[in-house]
Amino acid sequence: MSTPAVSEPRQPIPVEFADEEESIKITGFWMFLVTDMIIFASLFAVYAVYRSRTALGPTPQQLFHLGPTVLETLLLLTSSFTIGIAVWAMRSNRPRLVLGWLIATMALGAGFVITEISDFVAYTSHGATWHVSGFLSGFYVLVGTHGAHVTFGIMWAITLLLQLRRRGLTPITRRKLFTFSLYWHFLDIVWIFIFTFVYLSGKIA
Amino acid sequence: MPAFLLYLVHTLFPPDTRQPTELGADFMILVTGIGIVFILTRYQKWRWLWREWLTTVDHKRIAIMYLIAAIAMLFRGGVDALMLRTNLALPNVRPIGALEYNEVFTTHGTIMIFFMAMPFIFALFNAVIPLQIGSRDVAFPRLNAMSYWLFAFGAILFNISFVIGGSPNAGWTGYPPLTEVAFNPGPGESYYFLSLLIAGIGTTITGINFLVTIIRMRAPGMTLMRMPMFVWSVLTTSALIIFAFPPLTVALALSLLDRTFGSSFFTLGHGGMPMMYVNLFWLFGHPEVYIVILPAFGIFSEVVPTFSKKRLFGYTTMVISLVSIMFLAYGTWVHHFFTMGAGPTVNAFFGLSTMLIAIPTGVKIFNWIFTMWGGRIRITVAMLYQMAFIPTFVVGGATGIMLSVVPADYQLHNSYWVVAHFHNVLIGGTVFGLLSGLYYWWPKMFGFILNERQGKVAFWLFVIGFWVTFLPQYLLGLEGMTRRMYTYPFGFGWHELNLISTLGAFIMGAGFLALVYNIVWSLRYGERDLTGDPWNGRTLEWSLPSPAPEYNFARIPVVHGVDEFWAMKESGDTLANHLRPQDVKTLELPKNTGMPFMLGLSFFVGGFGMTFLWWPIAIFGGLGVVACLLYAAFDYNDKKHLPADVIRHTERSWGRLQA
Ligand code: HEM
Ligand SMILES: [Cu+2]
Repeated sequence: MSTPAVSEPRQPIPVEFADEEESIKITGFWMFLVTDMIIFASLFAVYAVYRSRTALGPTPQQLFHLGPTVLETLLLLTSSFTIGIAVWAMRSNRPRLVLGWLIATMALGAGFVITEISDFVAYTSHGATWHVSGFLSGFYVLVGTHGAHVTFGIMWAITLLLQLRRRGLTPITRRKLFTFSLYWHFLDIVWIFIFTFVYLSGKIA
Repeated sequence: MPAFLLYLVHTLFPPDTRQPTELGADFMILVTGIGIVFILTRYQKWRWLWREWLTTVDHKRIAIMYLIAAIAMLFRGGVDALMLRTNLALPNVRPIGALEYNEVFTTHGTIMIFFMAMPFIFALFNAVIPLQIGSRDVAFPRLNAMSYWLFAFGAILFNISFVIGGSPNAGWTGYPPLTEVAFNPGPGESYYFLSLLIAGIGTTITGINFLVTIIRMRAPGMTLMRMPMFVWSVLTTSALIIFAFPPLTVALALSLLDRTFGSSFFTLGHGGMPMMYVNLFWLFGHPEVYIVILPAFGIFSEVVPTFSKKRLFGYTTMVISLVSIMFLAYGTWVHHFFTMGAGPTVNAFFGLSTMLIAIPTGVKIFNWIFTMWGGRIRITVAMLYQMAFIPTFVVGGATGIMLSVVPADYQLHNSYWVVAHFHNVLIGGTVFGLLSGLYYWWPKMFGFILNERQGKVAFWLFVIGFWVTFLPQYLLGLEGMTRRMYTYPFGFGWHELNLISTLGAFIMGAGFLALVYNIVWSLRYGERDLTGDPWNGRTLEWSLPSPAPEYNFARIPVVHGVDEFWAMKESGDTLANHLRPQDVKTLELPKNTGMPFMLGLSFFVGGFGMTFLWWPIAIFGGLGVVACLLYAAFDYNDKKHLPADVIRHTERSWGRLQA
């Protein structure tokens, strides 16, 4: 309502913003992402302070295997690409293509979660539980919060899938798909930070 | 079976909840509960309660529910305060013991900040913001209801701790290791963490909601620099909420993990680090004090021009100072723990950044004074609170500046000086501001005016009581009395000052009773507000009838400047004279829903289960949360139509429609 008819935009507005009410919801979702970003920022700060506080437990260098995390990185980065294609398909109004790429995204996400869980199981089976040290607490909670976000994202994608199948591409489902893609890209960015600051630099230091 | 019952009784009602005060509270709760159920049943009001209130998504009704909760919590927190002061009235006379004293100051502080001040400001956000910006609702009405119910059930969870299981006792800041499960077993601190987490989610959503509302929903023509100052204050407050509550969420969640699932974040052993909690908490905590004061600044910026019949002095500088306070608020958190060994460089930085806040604050104070200067001042209750606020807040700010001088803080930290300082700014600033706003906007919310004579009696009791309570506390602080002591011996020279302070607290208690009497009396006999503009106001909310109809504006106004409604009145051109029947269109409004209530309830059940480590109950609550979210995702039937005829009828009954 505050923006009166935009005067001759050079680029047409993307479809998901065309409906005023839905576009306000996208603004709201950006604000939610800000709060989520600060949650992660706080957890990163905690981890940065705690990573030398290993008590009697393993150090990052002793603990991490890079193999699984590289796989996780590949899976998640690819899924960011596939959700991008889903949004592109949505913009070019091809609902079946949207469904296909959304399913691909979910599958890659599920691969990520499974790899992460099996990685965590391997660590804990060697006695590295979060009770042992401040470092392990910070590690599991930071990485685990991200993993929980991905898991939640997959469940969200399932509800989205059902709605898209029932209703096709409407202003509402378009907005929902678009906000989901924002969320998914956001998780990808967080993962890049986790991969560099937690795993890579932990292995080097 | 008896063994199970015994276990239940022992867990829910351990010995320390079987003392006279607790049993008295149990009794009161029981009587009030039965009374409410009886009245609702007797007058067959259950359906009405559910359909009109518990499921509402109308910001004006949500505002009223926030207000009721805030006043109830002001009562609860006030009773706590009187218990604390009674214990300190005389040396070595202590009706309540050390352990219970810890619980009472903890619940007092937590309730006053999170469950009194926060809902009170949200009551005014909800009541005023959409009307001031010329909008039909907030950006996300359902989320708004969700915020309310998360807050409400968080508050309930916190409050039942007193009678079920035992209250938290580690202070409103909940520092480890005082909250570590090894030193503090039992449900108390879990109640604290869980209820604040639940209410905190609600608050974060409110911040998002109002930020987006103000950015995206303003009436055409209302540029940022034409927004009423209260809207500016809510915009900055919302931004503060969005950036400040996530660190609190993290601090609380990690503490809860430590307590419940054995992680090692803030523990003394295992490489844990209690200082990390303190940092995270104050990263939230300092912005929080500005979250509760900026809305008060906004209220005064509305009240002063109205009752001085002048436009606000220095609009632009008011905006600049609000925004700079918003940024500075993030750069000062270390001043809450100068004494905890950060070192001279860090302390010097944070001492200076703290002092800087005085500059924009001072600008605002001068602007309010210059607005009054040469104005035609009407001494109403709202204005009285403003006039009491200025000197009170100046003293509170000045004592804060003294605290920001690091060497001085080494002496004053954790003394009664600090207690006096923050009550000075919280009561003299936030509470006076909220009460001013309450008297000012009450007619808009309820359609009648609170009796001014009675309001003035309550005002004087509050202000006099405030000074009598807290001036002696500065002196006590200088004489070395530390905060949070439950009693003190003879011969320290503290007893006269303490007795005076307790006397003042009871004067404020009388002020509260006068306020309640004022409201109840006015409910029956108060003057109705038939014009919608009882104070000769300047902003758009006064262009509507009181209370505003469900849809707020039959036609959205076009804004041309600051104080739009004043300009309309000057040119004899109020909206009412203009509305023609054909201008009225059928409107789409959000539909009521029970989902937010059920969501809050599910969080409550889950939180309660986690507090007592009763996992089936906790999981049941969690499933409830999931069910509510799923319901919300698939619910496409969230709009209703309000036919143009109904709107025409309403507008005509107010005499606002041209023939
Ligand atoms: C110019 C403005 C202000 C300055 C310079 C200032 C400075 C300070 C400092 C340095 C402390 C720490 C004292 C200590 O613990 O040793 C403090 C505590 C506190 N201030 Fe302020 N303050 C200001 C305004 C406010 C406002 C506006 C509020 C709230 C509306 C507020 C609420 C508090 C609270 C609640 C505490 C104590 C928290 C606790 O330890 O439990 N202050 N202030
Ligand atoms: Cu502070």
